[in-house]
Amino acid sequence: MTGPEVVTQRKAAVSVRGLTKTFGEGEYAVTALDAVEVDIRENEFFTLLGPSGCGKTTLLRLIAGFELPTHGVIALEGRDISALPPHRRPINTVFQSYALFPHMTVAENIGFGLRMLGKPAAEIRQTTERMLALVQLEAMAGRRTDQLSGGQQQRVALARALAPAPKVLLLDEPLAALDLKLRKNMQLELKSLQAETGITFVFVTHDQEEALTMSDRIAVMKSGRILQIGSPRDIYDRPTHRFVADFIGDINILDGTIESLDNGIASVRLKDGTAVLAQPGTATAARPGAASIAIRPENVRLAQAGETPTVSGTVENVVYFGAATNLHIRLATGEQMVIRNPGAVEEGRYRPGATIGAVLPPELIRVLE
Amino acid sequence: MSKQDDTVALAAALEHNRRRERLTRFWLLAPALLIILAISILPLGITVVYSFLTPGTYGGVTWEFSTDSYVQFLFQRDIFDDTLVFNSAYLSIFLRSIGLALGATIGALILGFPTAYFIATKPREQRNLWLFLITLPFWTNLLIRTYAMLLIIRDEGIINLVLMKSGILSSPLAILYTDTAVFIGLIYSFLPFMVLPIYASLEKIDFSLVEAGYDLYANRLKVLFHVIVPLAKPGLVAGGILVFIPALGAYITPELLGGGKKLMIGNMIAMQFGASRNWPFGSAAALILMALVVIVLLVNALATGREARGNG
Amino acid sequence: MADPATAVASPRSAPRRRRMVRDLKAMPGFTAMAWITIVALYLPIMVLVAFSFNENRSVVLWTGFSLDWYAKALENDGIRNAAWVSVKVALFATVISTIVATMAALATTRTRKFTGQGLVYGIINQPLMIPEIVTAIATLSLFALVKKLTGLNGIGYLMMAHAAFCIPFAYMPIRARLETMTLTLEQAAADLYAPPFKVFTLVTLPLLGPGIVSGAMLAFVVSLDDVIITLLIAGPGETTLPIYILGAIRRGITPEINAVSTILVAVSVLLVMLLFFVQRRMQR
Repeated sequence: MTGPEVVTQRKAAVSVRGLTKTFGEGEYAVTALDAVEVDIRENEFFTLLGPSGCGKTTLLRLIAGFELPTHGVIALEGRDISALPPHRRPINTVFQSYALFPHMTVAENIGFGLRMLGKPAAEIRQTTERMLALVQLEAMAGRRTDQLSGGQQQRVALARALAPAPKVLLLDEPLAALDLKLRKNMQLELKSLQAETGITFVFVTHDQEEALTMSDRIAVMKSGRILQIGSPRDIYDRPTHRFVADFIGDINILDGTIESLDNGIASVRLKDGTAVLAQPGTATAARPGAASIAIRPENVRLAQAGETPTVSGTVENVVYFGAATNLHIRLATGEQMVIRNPGAVEEGRYRPGATIGAVLPPELIRVLE
Repeated sequence: MSKQDDTVALAAALEHNRRRERLTRFWLLAPALLIILAISILPLGITVVYSFLTPGTYGGVTWEFSTDSYVQFLFQRDIFDDTLVFNSAYLSIFLRSIGLALGATIGALILGFPTAYFIATKPREQRNLWLFLITLPFWTNLLIRTYAMLLIIRDEGIINLVLMKSGILSSPLAILYTDTAVFIGLIYSFLPFMVLPIYASLEKIDFSLVEAGYDLYANRLKVLFHVIVPLAKPGLVAGGILVFIPALGAYITPELLGGGKKLMIGNMIAMQFGASRNWPFGSAAALILMALVVIVLLVNALATGREARGNG
Repeated sequence: MADPATAVASPRSAPRRRRMVRDLKAMPGFTAMAWITIVALYLPIMVLVAFSFNENRSVVLWTGFSLDWYAKALENDGIRNAAWVSVKVALFATVISTIVATMAALATTRTRKFTGQGLVYGIINQPLMIPEIVTAIATLSLFALVKKLTGLNGIGYLMMAHAAFCIPFAYMPIRARLETMTLTLEQAAADLYAPPFKVFTLVTLPLLGPGIVSGAMLAFVVSLDDVIITLLIAGPGETTLPIYILGAIRRGITPEINAVSTILVAVSVLLVMLLFFVQRRMQR
């Protein structure tokens, strides 16, 4: 626990440097992690987001110590722990399958870590009670774990991992097995639990919505690499990579060529000759030559009467869904674009086949890597 | 990257783990492997050696090289002029054993397949009970089961009693101490080995395939032979092997039900180490039996290997 | 159904189809065959058990219920000695084979895959793969050689032979249990500060318990029931119960033998039923 003082400067709780993990040998070798670098700050809710097989779980298991890295360093509060076995790392894990000991009661499960740390019985009992209260399972202390519902098992797993007051809590898709409603509740509960305990949470998920809802910062992973680290807003509004932009939310991606750079702003010529200004996400993206630009459907505006549109195209489909209407249009370049217009649109004007203009605000266009 | 100072500790930990794992594995495996190697596999080597020695006068062997044991299998040495005369006595015991084992396998298949199918189509909760009923005899003493079979098939046994009391027969059916008795006994002994693997492969069948068969105008027999039997083939083959091999080497069944007159390989081998005391010949016969078993297993392995490759 | 086209076209075929659907999976005669199998498997044993309670010396005619033959069997010194030898040998074989099989099962499931794993499986299952009579005469040859070289005698040979062939039977359920136990529980314990030894004693071993019990029971039953290997290896004074029974059957059928046989069958059946329940619990 961090005590009462206000944390003014957030130090790195976990620093990962050049972390590489290869499974198998020779021609069958598979690189699960490829020179990953990341600093997870103290007290933050940090999420590893990516499709299955991107290496997020491997990274988590390396931090926990279930696997040893092939290369690289993992440091906890500045101390190298890369070579330590899991039982010597002050880090606890909430497993996807919960991994509750079936031959122990709920209370015995929760007290297990403290017992292994050699804490006195009285302290174990007190902490166990406090944890049971924290996850609202006081009545279940003496139950066997197979008598609990999925949600309750989830809470026991959480309480068990929190009881020894670890420096870092690792959560491996802990909500994946719950149904949608329970999952939504647990998301909020987890978030407030993290704020309450002040423990650094490292959360693994493939669900982008879950990541956006819960995290302070998100690392988006693909093929063993971290592509982008940032706040949910950074990731959503300012994606750096085509993969990140595509993986989170809906986005329009157009191909073009960077013709010039001026003060960090790129001038991009699209395939139909239109020139637009855009913000490069990374240094790599800000190089003259072929480039992709991206803009969220909700950032594209229908051109008003008399306004010069940035691009124009033919309406192919109009999909109305209450809060907004999506206009699917085909540009002159042959590329598709979706415009999300709040509310409904005039039916006569935007029916399939009609030609319309769209305005792309330069400050909301990103150049992707 | 690997040149960094802090990865030295990591490399050491990796090496330490690897070494500890190898060491742990070695010591965990050592006792079991040692016992089996010493008491089960080493003796096979000794058997090979013994089969090339000369029999001792009171059992055992004399350390004198000889191929007589293998020659004796097919020929008889004339005591007067030392010429070899073809002798089919032992060969016929082998052929009889193979015939009986094959017959028992087919008999067990005829009873076992419908039984396994019946169990596999039962509701899930009932299947466990049926499987238990099939498995239970396997775990009860084979000698006692064979003895129980003897009790009911002998002349004064319950089968003859019922047949005679009901007037169907006037004199008892003399089954005991015949090949028929041995045949019945072998089926009875090894039937569970046939049912269980067939059940295991039938259980995996998606029965909507059967429905698809009917849907495509197949009748029951066609569904059985064109849909179910091909899918159950691995189980049928496994069951066949599991019945054939122990039946081929059976000892107790022919001993009790064949009355010591209707010999099979197993009894012949045991006799060489007992009453007639020719250890080298017994060793040679045991090795020939083992060769038969190995051939069956090899043919099966090759066939399944080819099939797997064909499918792959 | 000769012509599919008419079968589809004919409206009459619809109700006939529906009747078939009810027992689509059933095959005619299979149920009868299954019952024949069960009767064939159990009738002989039932008759044996029944006549062990027959008052009359005859093993043919039922004259009345009696426990006399059990009393006679239990008073028989030969039977008592044989039973004691059987239990001694089976207990020794069970303890040894279960311990080494547990160790081997841990090695083959709790360490990474290694070269030679197939060979290890082959060696452990070897006693199952060759005919028992071959194992029996081979072991006899080895023991004869060892006896000649060392001059050592005793029941130890029989015990070790039993331990060896019990190993695969003990190994199977223990390995099966370990394979269904995910490593995650052991990792969770390590994650909660349990050092390797504590992980083993507090998590692996308790969870493996039912598997070890199953393995031990199978080993015990298999040792108790063995005939062929024991017949060839056992020296004088090392007669086990099955060997005694075999000898008695050769001398002639008596109700006393029925009684001993019934006891032996009952012990096996009880153990296997117990095993069945242990495994049912394990699945939950």
